[in-house]
Amino acid sequence: MWQLLYENLEQTVSVILFVIGFSILLLQRNLIRKIIGLNIMDTSVYLFLASMGYIQGRKAPIVTDGVLEVTAYINPVPTGLVLTGIVVSVSFTAIMLALTIRLYRRYHTLDIDEIALLARGEDA
Amino acid sequence: MSLVHNFPFISILLCMSAGIFTSVFKPRVARMVTFLVTGTVLVLSAMALSLTMSLDDSYPYMMGHFPAPWGNEIRIGRLEALMATGFSAVLLVSLIPGFERMPGFVSEKKSNLYCIMVDLALAAVLVLIYTNDLFTVYVFIEIMTIASCALVAVRQNGHTLVAITRYMIMHLFGSGLLLLGISMLYGITGHLLMVPLSEAVRQIVDSGQYLGPLTVVIALITAALAIKSAMFPFHVWAPDTYAFAPPLSSAILSGIISKAYIFVMVKFFYRVIGMDIIISQQISPFLFVCGVAGMIIGSVIAISQRDIRRMIAYSSVAQIGYIYMGLGMGSAAGTEAAMFQMLAHAAVKSLLFLATYELINVSGDRKRFRYLHGAGYRNIPAGIVFTVAAMSMVGIPFTGGFIVKLNLAIAGMAFGGWMRALVLVALAVSTLLNGIYFLHTVVSIYRKPAQDMVYPPSEKMSPSAAGALFVSMLYILYLGIGSEPIMRLIETGLKTFS
Repeated sequence: MWQLLYENLEQTVSVILFVIGFSILLLQRNLIRKIIGLNIMDTSVYLFLASMGYIQGRKAPIVTDGVLEVTAYINPVPTGLVLTGIVVSVSFTAIMLALTIRLYRRYHTLDIDEIALLARGEDA
Repeated sequence: MSLVHNFPFISILLCMSAGIFTSVFKPRVARMVTFLVTGTVLVLSAMALSLTMSLDDSYPYMMGHFPAPWGNEIRIGRLEALMATGFSAVLLVSLIPGFERMPGFVSEKKSNLYCIMVDLALAAVLVLIYTNDLFTVYVFIEIMTIASCALVAVRQNGHTLVAITRYMIMHLFGSGLLLLGISMLYGITGHLLMVPLSEAVRQIVDSGQYLGPLTVVIALITAALAIKSAMFPFHVWAPDTYAFAPPLSSAILSGIISKAYIFVMVKFFYRVIGMDIIISQQISPFLFVCGVAGMIIGSVIAISQRDIRRMIAYSSVAQIGYIYMGLGMGSAAGTEAAMFQMLAHAAVKSLLFLATYELINVSGDRKRFRYLHGAGYRNIPAGIVFTVAAMSMVGIPFTGGFIVKLNLAIAGMAFGGWMRALVLVALAVSTLLNGIYFLHTVVSIYRKPAQDMVYPPSEKMSPSAAGALFVSMLYILYLGIGSEPIMRLIETGLKTFS
């Protein structure tokens, strides 16, 4: 069991990071911390993907010295997926930060429970 | 390949490019363009539907210059075209009354941005319906989440902001699960396109290697889509978001967007994994139980609501429960009933949200039931369409809701023992509960208001908006009377999924 986890160290670490990330996202009350948790969660998946595409001893798939064998290069697809994923999580971080700013200007706190309490008194 | 073969792709492209162009137009023109684009998408989808009805199987449409195992593709079948037609039709009729009431929620300066988000949401829904690639699913689910966040957050109200923050947190969690699931699936199969994926999944199941990771993948992706479509225990974000959003946004979110996630789930089950594996991995009984629980508990909570919008939002949770109950039966008949419910509920729920706003509007912008007394007389068209929509929710014959319950009951009868009993009891109890709160609402909008109640004059609903609501109402009645061809279409369409 431990041997298996150690052999797949990157995957193990990324799943642990994923759990840490979503626990912060769901359990922390502070909005900024939630956003940090979101980023940890997303980045862990990128680690997972990138480590899966990497093959020990091979190079990035850019032809510079005329080598055309497939066996010389790593799998480029997961790297492409990571790049797409990064774009997505950057835009989500931006949206969440924008929402946080709007809520902070209105309620002068970052605590989501407190904000919900303050909002309850308003007219719907 | 004829011109019509390209129409699904063109309709996606049209929505996305309209999203770019509407930003520079004048607000009035932007609204007009959004309306025209939705209408065009409806026509194109209907033509694609008539084309696919003449074909035996669905056809792939290559995107870019790389063939199947490497490139990206969309796949067009009759079920996909039917859903695209249904959803764009619902959006089209929702836009007229929705845009008319927009000034109350969206400032003129931001109305262009709102139109962009409507275009983007429609584009994402179309892509999710047609796509044949799992990573495209992920990307467009994220685009849809961003669009729906903007559609709701445009209303600058404390409740709305809190609701949308909660919404985003749950959806981001769901996105994370989905991304991890897709990554793991790619890790064990090496494919992202659905057809090669399903072959690789077959091999995994036959060889028995990586069966554990496969179960984890199925669980992750199912959980992600269940969270995003507000299946019962994960529904916590839904009621507030639907209730406090602008009426058009509520209609789009609860009517169309939540169904797109479920459609992706059906596609994942049938096309990628195979329903037999879903059943043997105990995923479908889980969905079944959650669906039944949602049907009952969503309705019970809806009864206790005092705000009419929240009541309708909770009834959404119950209605999504119907879809999951059908899907969770694991039989073709159950899934077909669920698909029909997706079409019917999209129309009914968006109509309900829009009509409710009109009723609230003539009651001095007050949402409690006691202020709504007599609203059916103050706005007669809205009262009539609300009544018909409520009847469909309860499942009175000649409405779409009746056919849904009938089909679910028939699908349940095919099983024996506790499953059949549970389906029938759940349907009976939930119909009873629906009857309690919807008929109570109908009675209260036709009740005489209290003597001392003063209703300030409100802006009248335009004839075109009333006409759109009536068209939507006729559609619900059509689903109840002429459901036979649609059911046959769903039945044959589902066969092309596997």
